Amino acid sequence: MNKVLNFDTGFVWSMRLMALLVIGLVVAVGYVLVQGSSEAFQKFGLSFITGREWDPIMGSYGSLPFIVGSLLTAFLALLISIPFSMSIALYLGEFANKGKISAIFTSLVELLAGIPSVIYGFWALFYLVPVVRWIQERLDIPPIGVGIFSAALILAIMIIPFSASIAREVIRMVPVGLKEAAYALGATRLEVIKDVVLPVGKSGIFAGIMLALGRALGETMAVTMVIGNNNIMPDSLFSPANTIASLLANEFAEADSSLYVSSLVGLGLVLFVMTALINFLGKMLIRRLSK
Amino acid sequence: MKLVNRKRRTARRYFLDRLVRYSVYFLCGVAILPLFFIFGFIFSKGITILDWEFLTSLPKSIGESGGGVVNAITGSLYLVGIAASVAIPLGVAAGTYLSEYRGSKLANILGQAVDVLNGVPSIVIGLVVYELVVLPMGGFSAISGGIALGMIMIPVITRSTEETLKMLPKSLKEASLALGASYATTVLRVVLPAGLTGIITGILVSLARVAGETAPLLFTAFGNPFVNLDPLKPVSSLPALIFNYAVSPYEDWHRLAWGSACVLLLGILALNLFSRWLSRRYRWY
Repeated sequence: MNKVLNFDTGFVWSMRLMALLVIGLVVAVGYVLVQGSSEAFQKFGLSFITGREWDPIMGSYGSLPFIVGSLLTAFLALLISIPFSMSIALYLGEFANKGKISAIFTSLVELLAGIPSVIYGFWALFYLVPVVRWIQERLDIPPIGVGIFSAALILAIMIIPFSASIAREVIRMVPVGLKEAAYALGATRLEVIKDVVLPVGKSGIFAGIMLALGRALGETMAVTMVIGNNNIMPDSLFSPANTIASLLANEFAEADSSLYVSSLVGLGLVLFVMTALINFLGKMLIRRLSK
Repeated sequence: MKLVNRKRRTARRYFLDRLVRYSVYFLCGVAILPLFFIFGFIFSKGITILDWEFLTSLPKSIGESGGGVVNAITGSLYLVGIAASVAIPLGVAAGTYLSEYRGSKLANILGQAVDVLNGVPSIVIGLVVYELVVLPMGGFSAISGGIALGMIMIPVITRSTEETLKMLPKSLKEASLALGASYATTVLRVVLPAGLTGIITGILVSLARVAGETAPLLFTAFGNPFVNLDPLKPVSSLPALIFNYAVSPYEDWHRLAWGSACVLLLGILALNLFSRWLSRRYRWY
């Protein structure tokens, strides 16, 4: 009897230990980022975030161009993706929520979500960038091809499946009774969507968009390959720039001074805080919805 | 007169309804186009390159054509193997804890922690593993790359394990306990085996996800032009090789990148299809 009890308590404690280990891992992530970036924050204070000059050779590290670059590409991508992801969500959640075509389409969208970032970037580099270059020639802009717009395009394609899948679930959760009541009053499908489905599901749909934004901010490889890697403040939607993630991918392995490394880790911390906040907001919205 | 007005309005309503429906169909079609473009691009360029030499030989130096990517293929398998052995025990245990101790304080904190970890951008994971593992060990290594990938796998496995175990009927556990089995025996011999299919599916999905991860490997596993099986030395991987060769200016390297992208996509596709087949074929609860 005693032996059984011991085995049991041992088992419970080892599970608890594993749980604590996972929690510890997350604490370690936060600790390493704060600790690693303390040198940069001590040296520059708030001007680390507001400074516009990033020049490793002169030892000046201001990260505003990359914060702006990250936010600009992510929001532009979001803007481009919303009509498409909402269409997919409406199609799968409302127009065809059963049947063979819907099942095939669902798998296709899942497939799109499963393609690795680096392959998106590879494709974008050889196909999307020439297309953007062609557009730029028509618009009389220097045809560089790579830049914020190209990055936002590929990002938009990558995040469509995420906001679509969450919005689809939300649209499916709208009570059938509500919709049927509207149909019974003679509403068309569009009116049901506009006046019943979207108002009921709006916070969930918004939450899906937030989570997609979090993903877009942290996306690295595809963006790195097509954004043009330029360390100055972007002045147009087509200008080559850098996001926080693409800067880290490009420069971290070759950072030589401790202040340089510390500044890059500081940017990692900024990115971590931004995505964590956005994810947290999105999850809160979803949780409030499911209650 | 009024009747005509109403008829006109009805016609307008129906027209708008149809317009929106067709634009939804159209936008859905456009949204899925990149999938065909990407697969078409990778397979049409890559499939002709795949042959025995490509899969079994090392990359040649610039200027020489031919060569293969055996270093990246073995490296990817090796890294994913390390990641799995780090993440599976932790993820399954954490998921079991979340489902068994639902509502307890530690479970709530664990749930939050897993959510945070799931949201950490993969490049930031790379940074953290660089500071935690690469710096203290004094250099890039396969083990650090594996740990980075493992950290990305943990939240996925945890959540899928939790979801699976939550779905199991309570009576299953009660029956086992009523027969006099201890709690540990119940969890290990009844609960986990009953949820095994779901857990394995989650593991396969997470493997498919990290197999294509590049960002966390850039400053952990780094890269290696040779086949390496020493966990303390740098190792190459398919995604990192695709990145490095795709942005290079050499046509021969682009060729290798296309072939590698083809291998990687096929591998990920196979993992996804297998996990889907498994979950359809063997889902008991």
